[in-house]
Amino acid sequence: MSGTALLQAIVDGILTGGVYALMAAGLTLIFGVMDIINIAQGVMVVLGAYLSYELSAHLGIGLLPGLLITVPAMFALGVALEFFFMRRLREQDRTGMSILITFAVAILIEGALSAIYGVDYVQLHSSYVDKSVYVLGFYLPYIYLIGFGLAVALLAGLYWMLYRTKFGRAVRASLQNRTAADLIGINVNRTRTISVGIGVAVTAVGGMVFGATNAFNPNSGYDLISRLLAIVILGGMGSIGGAMGAAILMLVVSDVVAVAWSPTWAPLVFFAALVIVLSIRPQGLFGSPAIRAQ
Amino acid sequence: MKIFRRCAMAGLVVGAVALLAACGSSSSSSGSAGTSSSPITIGTSLSLSGDFAADGQAFQKGYQLWVHDQNAKGGLMGHKIQLKVLSDASSPAQVVTNYQTLIGSDKVPLVFGPFSTLLTAPSARVAARYGYAFVEGAGGAPAVFTQGLHNVFDVSVPVKLNLVTWAQWVASLPASQRPKTAAFATVDDPFTSPQIPEARSILKSVGVKTVYSKVFPMEVADYTPVAGQVASTHADAFVLGSVDVPTVSAFIHSFIQQHYNPKLFIATAGPDQGATFVKAIGSGNENGIFVPNGWYPGFQKADSQQLVKEYIAKYGGTASGVNADVAEAYAVGQVLAQAVAATHSLDNGKIMSYLHSGVTLDSVQGPVKFNSLGENTAGKTLTFQWQNGNLVQSLPTSTAGSKAPTYPKPAFKG
Repeated sequence: MSGTALLQAIVDGILTGGVYALMAAGLTLIFGVMDIINIAQGVMVVLGAYLSYELSAHLGIGLLPGLLITVPAMFALGVALEFFFMRRLREQDRTGMSILITFAVAILIEGALSAIYGVDYVQLHSSYVDKSVYVLGFYLPYIYLIGFGLAVALLAGLYWMLYRTKFGRAVRASLQNRTAADLIGINVNRTRTISVGIGVAVTAVGGMVFGATNAFNPNSGYDLISRLLAIVILGGMGSIGGAMGAAILMLVVSDVVAVAWSPTWAPLVFFAALVIVLSIRPQGLFGSPAIRAQ
Repeated sequence: MKIFRRCAMAGLVVGAVALLAACGSSSSSSGSAGTSSSPITIGTSLSLSGDFAADGQAFQKGYQLWVHDQNAKGGLMGHKIQLKVLSDASSPAQVVTNYQTLIGSDKVPLVFGPFSTLLTAPSARVAARYGYAFVEGAGGAPAVFTQGLHNVFDVSVPVKLNLVTWAQWVASLPASQRPKTAAFATVDDPFTSPQIPEARSILKSVGVKTVYSKVFPMEVADYTPVAGQVASTHADAFVLGSVDVPTVSAFIHSFIQQHYNPKLFIATAGPDQGATFVKAIGSGNENGIFVPNGWYPGFQKADSQQLVKEYIAKYGGTASGVNADVAEAYAVGQVLAQAVAATHSLDNGKIMSYLHSGVTLDSVQGPVKFNSLGENTAGKTLTFQWQNGNLVQSLPTSTAGSKAPTYPKPAFKG
């Protein structure tokens, strides 16, 4: 194996890791705010991809401008999900029950998509999807550069929102102690509703990039969810920066193993690394022990 | 407001329950042959969701079209036929449960096979335990035939030989035109894995150097390292062992991004999916790509042409949208019907003996004759190529209806 091939694998891993971070961001945000494990995240990514597909294939709206429509639409969906499903869960068994309720949501969304689109695969197309730029001996695909840029911008935005704004303080206060947050005048329900809305809205962006880099159908979400869960667990449940770091680590490890050793071993090595990291740091790479203790 | 909320919640719950019920099994009533007026139920498990959903649903359409046509001819031994389909979600574990249910609990008198070698191998063992004939159309890999089973009969051509026609054509090219190097990448699947060594061996025998050969898992987070390595070899020929459209699409998009355009590109599955394939990879990128198969919508045979017409009449679309899965499923029904008619019986033992007797049967895919393993030795593998936006029969060049292959492959449109 040449040094060039290894370097190419690292670059590929970083860029693709950005795409996975985009898809996982909503999952870790919703867990961080509500202790809810959103099993529907993979299907929501696919839903985001279909919304972009609908706009681009049938209305002629480009993938990036289309986000101005799909992001608010997914925000509305997130708000509805929180209002109708997540809010009903009791505090004591919220995390466990959330797996069941979000699985039901996944089946609902997948069923609706299957009824509308069938099972044929589609992929998002745009003039820049297959284009690439030649830099220092490597062809870097525009779509992955765009995905990585969006990931950095959105995750930085989420981080800023959570740690530098009054709303972010309300979110973190609601997570740490609901009763105390209520007593100091924070509208906990509204804070959580908006947070879930934001988490699902971010998924619209991840869905667009996923759909432009992969052929997908309504069933594609199931392949995604295990990887997304692995990323947020490795990064630390609830950690926005952790999702980015873990996604890049996961993809770089997978891609380097695929190139240096064999593609067959890439998933195994990643999950072995996941087990090793969690045995040393149960809260994940960037997670807070307090969250794990809850 | 409370009433509105309760109504909305109730609506959602009812919807969820209805959807869950719909996801369980899609099918007709159960029951077995009894009185002369009672229908015969044929059971099958199909991948109506999951990785093989597109193929599974195409198989369902093929089975349904056969049931419709056979019932129009009077059914089986005077009984109307009903099809009972259970969904296996593309899971090898679920398919076993489904056939145990169909045979052990529902006591259907006859069964059809599922989609893919991956699911046929374990389900054929279940059918064998109950003494059932297992006629199938999409389990053609050695993994199915090396289990020592006496009950399995694949109406399609054994997949091990799928790439041989293409490889022999490449080998027959004048030395000056023949590719000098070849790259091979295949998904770890019993359908694809046996095909690659056959092709590689033929190409190697005429001096084509293998510059890359790797196996990658079914669930891949990122195809770019494998595709990137293939691109970096600048191989003249690329052979992809694929089972679906997304895999082929990922490689093609990556090749375009890496400015790599092999002179020859063949994939074991994916390009046969017609308009779906073109939609995924982008119109214009399909030209020059080969795919092996046993059937295509333009196949010159009366019952095949009739099947295409019926499919379009019932499901809409155009001929190019009818993929080979439909014909494979239809052929399963045809072969079983001939066995029942010849034995005048629904007895699975008699049906198996008849199918093993060396008789040559007829199907929309052409002749069917089983060897002792249950492989169809009478069928021929054809190779198709996308030319000017149409999937056309191109190999063997001597076969009626073949169009000369386009070589080298036109550049990707991008």
